[in-house]
Amino acid sequence: MTSSPISNAALPASPPTLLELSPIEIEALRLSLRVGTASVLASLPLGLAAAFLLARGRFPGKLLIDGIIHLPLVLPPVAVGFALLVLFGRHGVLGAFLYDRFGISLAFNWKGAALASAVMGFPLMVRAMRLSLELVDRRLEQAARTLGAGRSRVFLTITLPLMAPGILTGIILAFARSISEFGATITFVSNIPGETSTLPLALYTLTQVPGGEAAAWRLAALSVALALAALTVSELLARRLGRRLQGLA
Amino acid sequence: MIEVDVEKRLGSFAIDARFAAPDSGITALFGRSGAGKTSIVNMLAGLLRPDRGRIAVGGELLFSSADGVDLPPERRRLGYIFQEGRLFPHYSVRGNLTYGGGRGGSGIDFDAVVTLLGLNALLERRPGDLSGGEKQRVAIGRALLAAPRLLLMDEPLASLDAPRRAEILPFIERLRDELRIPIIYVSHAMDEIVRLADTLVLLADGRVAAVGTVEELTSRLDLRPLTGRFEAGAVIRAVVAGHDVTYGLSELAFPGGRLRVSRLSLPLGTAVRVRIRARDVALATTRPSGISIRNIVAARVVEIAPDRGPVVDVRLDIGRPEQPVALWARITQRAVHELKLAPGGEVFALLKTVALDRSSLGQYDPAGAAFGEDEAG
Repeated sequence: MTSSPISNAALPASPPTLLELSPIEIEALRLSLRVGTASVLASLPLGLAAAFLLARGRFPGKLLIDGIIHLPLVLPPVAVGFALLVLFGRHGVLGAFLYDRFGISLAFNWKGAALASAVMGFPLMVRAMRLSLELVDRRLEQAARTLGAGRSRVFLTITLPLMAPGILTGIILAFARSISEFGATITFVSNIPGETSTLPLALYTLTQVPGGEAAAWRLAALSVALALAALTVSELLARRLGRRLQGLA
Repeated sequence: MIEVDVEKRLGSFAIDARFAAPDSGITALFGRSGAGKTSIVNMLAGLLRPDRGRIAVGGELLFSSADGVDLPPERRRLGYIFQEGRLFPHYSVRGNLTYGGGRGGSGIDFDAVVTLLGLNALLERRPGDLSGGEKQRVAIGRALLAAPRLLLMDEPLASLDAPRRAEILPFIERLRDELRIPIIYVSHAMDEIVRLADTLVLLADGRVAAVGTVEELTSRLDLRPLTGRFEAGAVIRAVVAGHDVTYGLSELAFPGGRLRVSRLSLPLGTAVRVRIRARDVALATTRPSGISIRNIVAARVVEIAPDRGPVVDVRLDIGRPEQPVALWARITQRAVHELKLAPGGEVFALLKTVALDRSSLGQYDPAGAAFGEDEAG
């Protein structure tokens, strides 16, 4: 630790070697991964349900539901963060309920960051899953039913495997969105190191500090590496799945 | 019994169909495309819900709007073989075959089905690299292994070319003859129906135009617009009565005479169904001599179809007085006039042996005895 002034607290203590990560970088990375994973896992069942509702449901007001789900895609992220703050803050309608009933607080902690990420990534996830569900040949589901499979078995053995590429894409897109989420997160849960300061937020902090450029570059590079890794893995998986679903491999 | 009585409105098209079929042998649903064949089979399978009606198979009620019964497809125990196979692409052939298994208590054994359909070499393959014929065989096996009480086949050969069709047909005959599983067979190809089916349900515009044996319905003039003009003809029941090894011919006996056809590898006494197309039959007023045609049968003119253009169909009886056998001849209007043909007149029907090929012959099973493999040509 150097005896740096407070304004430089975010700077790494000693510039590490090129491939070695500083504790602060590791913390931001781990937080980002944790927030990303939690937001994807929490939104997956809801996303699947929404995809089914939109792809197969026939009910009045479907367009409205569709619009609401897509809203985070077109709203300024700060507006979404503000809405979350109003709803889920300790004194918000839902926030108060969650805290009084279950002792869960989402304000100013990583769970809140995960919620903000989940909301922002939700439309991307639903869209990918919905598209793949619409491509599932319903005649195969019918065939399965004539073979004695009930609805739930058809869902688990036919529908879900056949829409797997879309689920995978949805997961990756939502995860990537979470890794890059900034506006809604900083508005809703602020920028608290170790708690809500994910990669983009930490990067932002560094850009605000004199002499933080070098560290900022490193974080930016880390973000790029993470995004590329996620995309590559998903592409490889998607290829394998694709062959399998064409009945070839 | 298979009892179907359904009404269903599909846009501007309405189905109002009523028929009963025996729960043995093959019952063909025949009609042009758009006659409602597939919709009716889908209603049987539970994939399409009738607006009103009643469906029962073997005494069990599957659907009844009056009683509020509507069994879901998975509880109807009907095997469905679709036109396009519909194999699951993410399962191997083995996975597809066993998908519907485990319903249990069927007595249908995996190895037996695999052997019957010749699937041994395909088990670990993926549906994606199977030929059309192989896919259809797997689809048949998959349906069988789900232990159905009735098989529904919706034009199972329509997406195949002629050689693949010829590959599948014997397998369907084996289902009928060896497994004795009743089949509802949808088709718009009369040659398939003659070869396979016992009972024929003629459909037109969503309604049942007629139900009866294949022989009976194909010889009815009033159904001619439905059974098809080009393919029109009679279906005759006969038994294999002799083989001529020297010339590679077989003789078929029917009440009233004999027909020579290309050699069949069927045992003597086997019951067969022969379709004789009207356009393959010529007429003579005296027995011709010095002619290559080997089948010359004495006949009586029963009816001359009302003339429509230069060609007319003449209905003949080539059987005995107590056992009439209908035959149709398509000749020109001019020939009718010049030969002075009239109902009641005695003529000779001429029939080229080579016109009776394998596709116009089907085995049937009057006594309930199973027959072995046949691959006559």
